[in-house]
Amino acid sequence: MSPAWSGGQSPFAIGSKKLGMWLFLASDSLTFATMLAVYTFVRYGSPDWPAPFAFSPSILFSTGMTLVLLSSSLTMVHAVQAMHAGDRARTVRWILATMLGGALFVGLHLTEWIHLIRDERMTPWSNPWGAPLFGAAFFGITGLHMLHVTAGVVYLGIVAAGVRRGRFSDEDVEVSGLYWHFVDLVWMFVFPLIYLMSVKP
Amino acid sequence: MSQVHAPPQGFLRRWIFSTDHKVIGLQYYFLALFSAIIGMVLSAAMRFHLVYPDAKVRLFGWLWPDGAPGGQMTPELYLSLMTMHGTLMVFFVLTAAPQSGFGNYFIPLQISAPDMVFPRLNMLSFWVTFLALVTLLAAFFVPGGAPLGGWTAYPPLSAIGEVAGPGQGLGMDLWILSIALFSIASLMGSINFLTTLADLRAPGLGLFDLPLTCWGWLVTALISLFAFAVLLPAGILLLLDRNIGTSFFVPSNLLVNDRLLDHKGGSPLLFQHLFWFFGHPEVYIAILPGMGVISTVLSTFARKPVFGRMAMIYALLAIGFLGFLVWGHHMFISGMSPYSSIAFSLITLAVGVPSAIKTFNWIGTLWGGQLRFTTAMLFALGFVSLFVSGGITGIFLGQPAIDLYMHDTYFVVGHFHLIMGVAAVFALFAATFYWFPKMFGRMLSEPLGKAHFYITFLGVYAIFVPMHLAGIVGNPRRYPDFKEFEFLASLMPMHKFITHAAFTTAAAQLIFLFNLFYSMRRGVPAPQNPWEASTREWN
Amino acid sequence: MILAVLVWLLSIAIVVAFAIRRWWFPPPASAVGAEFDSYFGITAILTGVIFLSAQVALGWVIVRYRDKGGAAVQSHGNDRLEWIWTTAAAILFIGLGLITAGLWAKVHIEPAPANAMRVEVLAKQFAWSFRYAGPDGRFGRTSIRMVNDANGNPFGLDDTDPAGRDDIVTSTLRVPVNVPVQLTLQSRDVIHNFFVRELRMKQDAVPGMRIPLPFLANRTGEFEIACSELCGLGHHQMRSKLTVITAEAFADWQKQMLEQLRQQQ
Ligand code: HEA
Ligand code: HEA
Ligand code: CUA
Ligand SMILES: [Cu+2]
Repeated sequence: MSPAWSGGQSPFAIGSKKLGMWLFLASDSLTFATMLAVYTFVRYGSPDWPAPFAFSPSILFSTGMTLVLLSSSLTMVHAVQAMHAGDRARTVRWILATMLGGALFVGLHLTEWIHLIRDERMTPWSNPWGAPLFGAAFFGITGLHMLHVTAGVVYLGIVAAGVRRGRFSDEDVEVSGLYWHFVDLVWMFVFPLIYLMSVKP
Repeated sequence: MSQVHAPPQGFLRRWIFSTDHKVIGLQYYFLALFSAIIGMVLSAAMRFHLVYPDAKVRLFGWLWPDGAPGGQMTPELYLSLMTMHGTLMVFFVLTAAPQSGFGNYFIPLQISAPDMVFPRLNMLSFWVTFLALVTLLAAFFVPGGAPLGGWTAYPPLSAIGEVAGPGQGLGMDLWILSIALFSIASLMGSINFLTTLADLRAPGLGLFDLPLTCWGWLVTALISLFAFAVLLPAGILLLLDRNIGTSFFVPSNLLVNDRLLDHKGGSPLLFQHLFWFFGHPEVYIAILPGMGVISTVLSTFARKPVFGRMAMIYALLAIGFLGFLVWGHHMFISGMSPYSSIAFSLITLAVGVPSAIKTFNWIGTLWGGQLRFTTAMLFALGFVSLFVSGGITGIFLGQPAIDLYMHDTYFVVGHFHLIMGVAAVFALFAATFYWFPKMFGRMLSEPLGKAHFYITFLGVYAIFVPMHLAGIVGNPRRYPDFKEFEFLASLMPMHKFITHAAFTTAAAQLIFLFNLFYSMRRGVPAPQNPWEASTREWN
Repeated sequence: MILAVLVWLLSIAIVVAFAIRRWWFPPPASAVGAEFDSYFGITAILTGVIFLSAQVALGWVIVRYRDKGGAAVQSHGNDRLEWIWTTAAAILFIGLGLITAGLWAKVHIEPAPANAMRVEVLAKQFAWSFRYAGPDGRFGRTSIRMVNDANGNPFGLDDTDPAGRDDIVTSTLRVPVNVPVQLTLQSRDVIHNFFVRELRMKQDAVPGMRIPLPFLANRTGEFEIACSELCGLGHHQMRSKLTVITAEAFADWQKQMLEQLRQQQ
C-alpha cells in the first residue's frame, strides 16, 4: 500500500482539499454572519432606517439577479456530474456556463450599484432617504458578496483550464462546486435581509 | 512521491521560502522570539517612565525624536509603546509561537506524517504573518508614530483619525492592516492544522489517541478558525470608517478637538462586541497549546501517564466552546444591557470548571509519580502555580458586581499578566526546553536553565502580584504617569518596586537568550530520546 | 524541593499581602460601597482558600513524589474523584456568581427613586462637566453647534430655551449627602469612564448614548473622579472632584450659583 499521504490524497473518506474547503467555508460563513449581525445591529439602532426599494423595478431587478445566480448553481451541479462521468469536455462547458452566470450576476449587480450611486445619490456615507448607514451596510455586504462571486469566477476559470488540460481531478471540480454553492447560499440570506426587508411600503 | 519530499535546494529554498513544516515552525518560533524581545524592551521602557516620568533618557530621544523630545517621554509615546507591547505579545508572541511555531514543527512528527497537508499554504501563512509584523513595526516610523489606542483599539478613538491624537493617523491604519493580515494568516494556518490532523494521522491513530499536545493544537485551530473570521471583518469595517467615510462604529455629532465630524449613526459598542467575540477566544488561543504541552511535560517527568486523559480532552473542548459565549465579561460596564451581564457572568464562571478539572488532573498526574526536576519540568510546575493564581483573579473579574470597581484597573493588568503574560509564556519556555534536543540535536544547559527559571518565577510574582493590590487601591490602567491624582501618590513606592522587579526579570531573560543561541551550536549533543518520552516525535 | 518551598512562601506572602489591608479600598461612602466590600471579602476568602490549597498541594506533591529511584504508581485516573471536584467547582463558582448578582442588580438594574436629584455628566477629551437642572427641575435644550468651551458652555446650552436659563454647569460634581442622585453619562467625542473609588462605582460614558448611573452618598467628603477608559493622550489627567456636602451647604451653594448666573445674563 502506498503511503496514505502521497499526493495529498487521504485514506479517509473525505479528501483533504474538500475538508480544507469545508473549513474555509465554515470560517467564511462566520465572516458573513458577522456582516449580517452588524447590519441587524445598526438597523435596529437607527430610527430612520430607510426602505427605499420599490417593487418595480428594484426588487424585480434583484430577483432577476437572484435567478441568474441560482441557475449558475444548477449548471455547476451539471459540471460536477459531468466530471464524475469522466466527460471533461462537457465539464468544461458547464463550468463556462457557470462562469457566465457569475459574470452576468456581477454585471447586473454593478449596473444596479451604478444606478444607485449616480441616479439615487446613494453613497457609503449618505443617501437621500435616511440613516446614512444604510448605504454603508448595503455596499459593504453586497460588495463582500460580489467579491466572492468575482473570485469564484476566476477560480472556476482556473479549474476549467485545468480540467481541459487533464490536470484536475473530480475532487477539484467538486471542491470548486462547494465554494460556488456556498456563495449562492450566502446570497439567499443577503437577498431577503437587504432587499426584501427594504421594500418601499 | 510528491514534491514535498524533494530535498530543498539552495539557501533561499531551504531557509527562506521553505515549504518544510520544520523550517516553517522554526521561522514562526524566531519571529515570536524577536517580537518578544521587542515587546519586553518596550515594557521596560514603559515601567521606567511610570516611575520616573520626568527623567530625560538620551536613548528615548534617539529612538523616538518626536515622541521623546530631549529624551523625555511624552504621554502619547507611552501609550503607543503600551499599544505595541500588548499587540506584539498577544498576536506575534503568544499566537505565533505556541500554535504556529511548535504546532507546525511537531504535529506531523507526532502523527507520523511527512508534512502538513498544504505545504505551500503553510509557507504563505508564515510570510503573511511576517508581512503583518513588518506592517505593525512600520507604525513606529510613520509621521505621528504608533497608535495609542491600546491593543483593543476601541472606536471612536481608533476610528476618527489624527484629531483623536498623534498616532491615530497613518499609524492606526497600519495597525489595523497588520491585524487584518495576521487574521488571514491565522485562518490559513488553522485550515492546514485541522486538515492535517484529520487526514494525515498514521493508520490506527484514532482522534482520541492523539497526544494532548495535538489536542491543544486542534482545539486552538478550531477556535482561531472562527475567532479570526470575526476579527477580520471588524478590522475592515474600522478601516472603512476611517478611510471611506462610513460610520459603523462612529455615532453622530462628535465634537473632537473643536471639530464637528461628519459621521452619523454608528455604535461604538458594536465594535466592542465584535472585538471581544474574537478577543476572549483569542486568550484561549494563547494558552490551550500551552496546556497541551504542560500535560505532556508533567507526565513525562513524573514518569506516569496523564491523569484523566479523556477528562483533559473534554475540558479543552469545553473551554474552547464556552470561550465563545463569554465575551461580554469585558464589557460589563461598557453600557450594554445590565441583564446580559448576569448571563455572561455565569458562563464566565462556568469556564472555571473545566479549568479546575485541568488543574486537578495536573496535580493528579504528579501524584504518586517519580518527579525529575529538569528545567522543562520546573517551568511546567511554575505554569501550574501561575495558572491557578491568575485564574483565580479571573474569578473576581468574572463577577460584574466586583468588576464594576476592578475594570480597567491594574487588577486586570495583574490578572492577565499572571495567566497570559507568564503562565502561557512559561508553557513556551517548557516547550523550548523539552523539545530543543529534537529541534537542534543538542541539549540546552540545565544549570543556566534553572537559574533562568528561578529568577523569572520569583520575578514575575514580584511584578504582577503587587499590581493586583494597586488595582484594589483603584489605580487605573493605561495611565502614562500617576502625578495627577492624590490617591495614586501613595502607590509610588509599590510601582518603584514593580519596576525594579521588572528590570531584574527582563535582565534574566538574557540568560535564556544566551543559553538558546549558545546551545544551538555548542550544546552537548542530544541522545535520541533524552527524556525517555513516549510520543512519536522521539522515535 | 526548593521550588516547593518557594511556592509555599510565595503563596503565604500573597495571602498576607491581601490580608493586612495595607493596600486596600478607601473607606466606602455609600451603602452599596459597604456591600461591595463584604462581597469582595467573601470572594477573597473563598478563592483564597482554593488558592492556598492548590498551591500547598502543588508544593506537597513536589516534595513527596520527587524521584527517589522507585517506580511511579501507574494510575490513569479516578472517575469518582473527577466527578467530585467537577461538581464542587461548579457549585462554588456558579454560587459565587449568583450571590453577587444581587449587588449588580442594585447598582445597574434597579431604577433610581423618582425623587432622585438628576445631574448630567459630560465627558470630553480631557475634562468633565456637570449640569444641574436648577429650580425649575428641567434641563434646557442643547445643541452640539452651540458648544463653546471657552465661554463655559461645554454642553452647548441653547440660550433661546428658557428652561436652560437656570441650568448650573460646573466642572466638579457637588451633591448633598443622603440624597439619591441620578447621573446621566454622556460623551462628546470618545469613550471615557466615570470612576469614584469611594462609591465603588464605575461606568463608561459612550458617545451617542445616555447612560444612567444612580447612587446615594452617605458621608460627606471630597473624592477624586478618575477617567478609567483610555481616551487619548490626556487620559491620565482627566480628573475631577466629587464633593459630598450637607443638604444645607448644598442649598447655599446652589443659591450662590444661581445668583452668579443671574448676574451673567
Ligand atoms: C491566557 C489568557 C487568559 C486566560 C486563560 C484568562 C482566563 C480567565 N479570565 Fe481573563 N483576561 C485576559 C487573559 C486571560 N484570561 C486578558 C488578556 C484580559 C484583558 C484584556 C484587556 O482588557 O486588555 C482578561 C480580562 C478578563 C476580564 C475582564 C476584566 C475587565 O476588563 O474588567 C475578565 C472578567 O470576567 C476575565 C476573567 C477570566 C476568567 C474567569 C478566566 C478563567 O478562564 C480562569 C479559570 C482558571 C481558574 C479558575 C484557576 C484554576 C482553578 C482552580 C485551582 C479551581 C479550584 C476549584 C475548586 C476547589 C472548586 N479576564
Ligand atoms: C504575552 C503577553 C505579555 C507579556 C509576556 C508581557 C510582559 C510584560 N508586561 Fe505587559 N501587557 C500585555 C501582555 C504581556 N505583557 C498586554 C496585552 C497589555 C495590555 C496593553 C493595553 O493595555 O493595550 C500589557 C500591558 C502592560 C502594562 C500596563 C500598561 C498600562 O496599562 O499602562 C504593564 C505595566 O507595567 C506591562 C508590563 C509588563 C512587563 C514588565 C512585562 C515583562 O517584561 C515581564 C518579564 C518578561 C518575561 C517574563 C519573559 C518574556 C518572554 C517571552 C515573552 C517569551 C519568549 C519567547 C519565546 C520562548 C519564543 N504590560
Ligand atoms: Cu477620558 Cu480617559
Ligand atoms: Cu475574556
